[in-house]
Amino acid sequence: MKKIIKNSILALTIISSTVFVSCDADETQTVATLNNLVMADEFDVDGAPNSSLWTYDLGDGTQQGLPPGWGNNELQVYTNNAENVEVQNGLLVITAREGNSGGYTSARIKTQGLFEQQYGRFEARIRLPQGKGLWPAFWLLGSDCDQNPWPACGEIDVMEYLGNKPTVVFGSVHGPNYSGGDSISKEYELTDDRFDTDFHVFGIEWSPGRINYYVDDVLYQSITPETIAEETNGEGTWVFDNSFYIILNVAVGGNLPGFPDANTTFPQRMFVDYVRVYN
Amino acid sequence: MKRLTYFKNTLLAGLVIAMTVSCERDISDDAVIATFPNTPDIFTDAPVGLTDQFFQSFNPAFGANPNGFGTDDNEAYEGTSSIRIDVPTPNDPDGNFIGGIFTDRGAGRDLSGYDALTFWAKGSLTASIEVGFGTDFETDTYPVSTIIELSSGWKKYVIPMPDPSKLVQERGMFLFSAGSFDVLGNDNFNDASTFADNLGYTFWIDELRFEKLGTIDLLFPYILNGQDQETDIFTGYTQTIGGLGATFNLGTGNNVSVVAARPYFDFSSSDTSVATVTSTGDVTVIGPGVATITGSIGNAQGNGSLQLNSAGSFVNAPIPTQAQADVISIYSESYTSVTGFNPGVFAGSNTESISVQGFDGNNHVNYEGIDFIGIGWDGTVNVTGETMVHLDVQLTSAPGSALVMELIDFGPDDTDNGFGDGSAGGFNVSSQLIQGEWVSIDIPLSSFTLPTGGGGAGSPNLGNIGYIVFVSSNGASFLVDNIYFY
Repeated sequence: MKKIIKNSILALTIISSTVFVSCDADETQTVATLNNLVMADEFDVDGAPNSSLWTYDLGDGTQQGLPPGWGNNELQVYTNNAENVEVQNGLLVITAREGNSGGYTSARIKTQGLFEQQYGRFEARIRLPQGKGLWPAFWLLGSDCDQNPWPACGEIDVMEYLGNKPTVVFGSVHGPNYSGGDSISKEYELTDDRFDTDFHVFGIEWSPGRINYYVDDVLYQSITPETIAEETNGEGTWVFDNSFYIILNVAVGGNLPGFPDANTTFPQRMFVDYVRVYN
Repeated sequence: MKRLTYFKNTLLAGLVIAMTVSCERDISDDAVIATFPNTPDIFTDAPVGLTDQFFQSFNPAFGANPNGFGTDDNEAYEGTSSIRIDVPTPNDPDGNFIGGIFTDRGAGRDLSGYDALTFWAKGSLTASIEVGFGTDFETDTYPVSTIIELSSGWKKYVIPMPDPSKLVQERGMFLFSAGSFDVLGNDNFNDASTFADNLGYTFWIDELRFEKLGTIDLLFPYILNGQDQETDIFTGYTQTIGGLGATFNLGTGNNVSVVAARPYFDFSSSDTSVATVTSTGDVTVIGPGVATITGSIGNAQGNGSLQLNSAGSFVNAPIPTQAQADVISIYSESYTSVTGFNPGVFAGSNTESISVQGFDGNNHVNYEGIDFIGIGWDGTVNVTGETMVHLDVQLTSAPGSALVMELIDFGPDDTDNGFGDGSAGGFNVSSQLIQGEWVSIDIPLSSFTLPTGGGGAGSPNLGNIGYIVFVSSNGASFLVDNIYFY
């Protein structure tokens, strides 16, 4: 059982000239309980991502039957070119680039058909890009979305981020009657750090009847069937008792982040140190 | 929705003295304690550790109004009091702007543990003001400043520090400067009357301090305002690198740029056998070749560069050999020449540039991209006793550049008033020009037979020569020296 103990709390009492410092945490938080590693990609082999674990979503979404822009008016075309997705120096690097003609390329990789799991702890250590219009994500989709169209098949967004809010990430679930702009979601804000200048750990611990969201050692959201019922006035149902697969991508533009502006520079990169799954 | 939120409890009870203790990094026995205090606060409800004077105004002799500064117990973002600054109107007899600094009352503070100057402010108008730190009216080593726009409600402002590690003993805690509000947007610095309609206003500042925010990302420093410049020059050329600053991305996602002093920067030359650059950004070209000057702050390479294409030592025009007594000189260091020489008494609207430059004490005129230009001087010269005119020309534009030289005679009235008594004629020197080399051209005065652009019929009189004109149909660039009649 893994416990991550928040130890930055300090109680400092100074009495006369005697200094007593306690570094003992006066509060502990069980962030993650699942510790049996069942899948890990540490991205230690340079080149294309491990093809036994990762495949690609390519194009602008029309091949998937979506309107151009992946249903969100996103601007990028996804490729499997090394300039958009490559493992280098122990990191998966997904690079969003601006083309000479003004369009954008990027990459979206997934474990669909290669690694799918129901329940467990899904965790990745990531450094995020910067600038308005950048919209990277680490997320899960239900394995049965082909037969049971989204949002009925469920979506668990472990981490989403907008490049013009460098201190904020958010975790969400989408399902029937709580999808898109009506998803159930919560932000987590760093008060003394940023997500685009260093690596941070993003994870969920998903068990029957509960999804806990954490960043580094901080649990910031817990979603249960009761949460969904409350948030949707009873309209939404829990659809998270199936296997899901993992997606990592960097989108550019679209309804949620807005479009890149004059201060957005390209290329922009998402660096992933590892993806690990426990049960 | 049930939300389980993790609260970070920070309990800090300090009695007797304030201390900062980190559990993650213990202070070792041999840790070096900073020599100067690291007090972050500058103003909370009162000045913190500032000089008794508190506010030191810019020099009233230069228009600074020392009267509008004070504190206000009726306005505060937090606590009971704030700094209140009344910005004067343009006609205020005591000065038309307000500004100055706050300095540490001691030997300075160690600010190296912070990453920004922060404060809350609001204004009675949404005017823009300059704010910064690092100015102490003594050494002024590390000034940083930026322009902020006030809002009508309290708003927090963040002024990032380009390189806090430099600020281990800083006395310059705060700087501000504010002029009247250009309500009609018509201010023109060449016309003082355009300021008359500007408004005075008031702004307040509170909770002024240095902070370690951790949410600031230095995007890039910059030199030359981030521009990549290139110039063709010779040995001996000097330039001081300016346009220095840095752009940051704040935790809000907004970018902020600050102007930063030279000592924050490290400058380098890509080839020190071609050009050197000092720690103060002074560039000197010392040899032929190509060198690029760049700047950085810490490990962050700056945007902007200066590429120097050095042709090596400049070769001056040949020294004339005629005796002084035999010449009437218009422009030459070798002779006593006319007074009031003006290399561009008039010029066509497409002419790019006219300048005088010198190497080793020998000047010449540099014409760039001319359509036509006129050389003038005091009065006129009578060259009826001479037979030739001499000039040294170096073509700096492409071979094939066209150039006609014209002589303009003002006539007996010695006045530039057209061709009533005046006359003019031209001579085409194009075929004699060689790119990159001085060519000595000697033209018989009887050869100025071409009609001129100004309407002269050719073969001018020679008793009252008032202008020499150069005309190019294709934008010639060239250097000229040693113009004389003999």
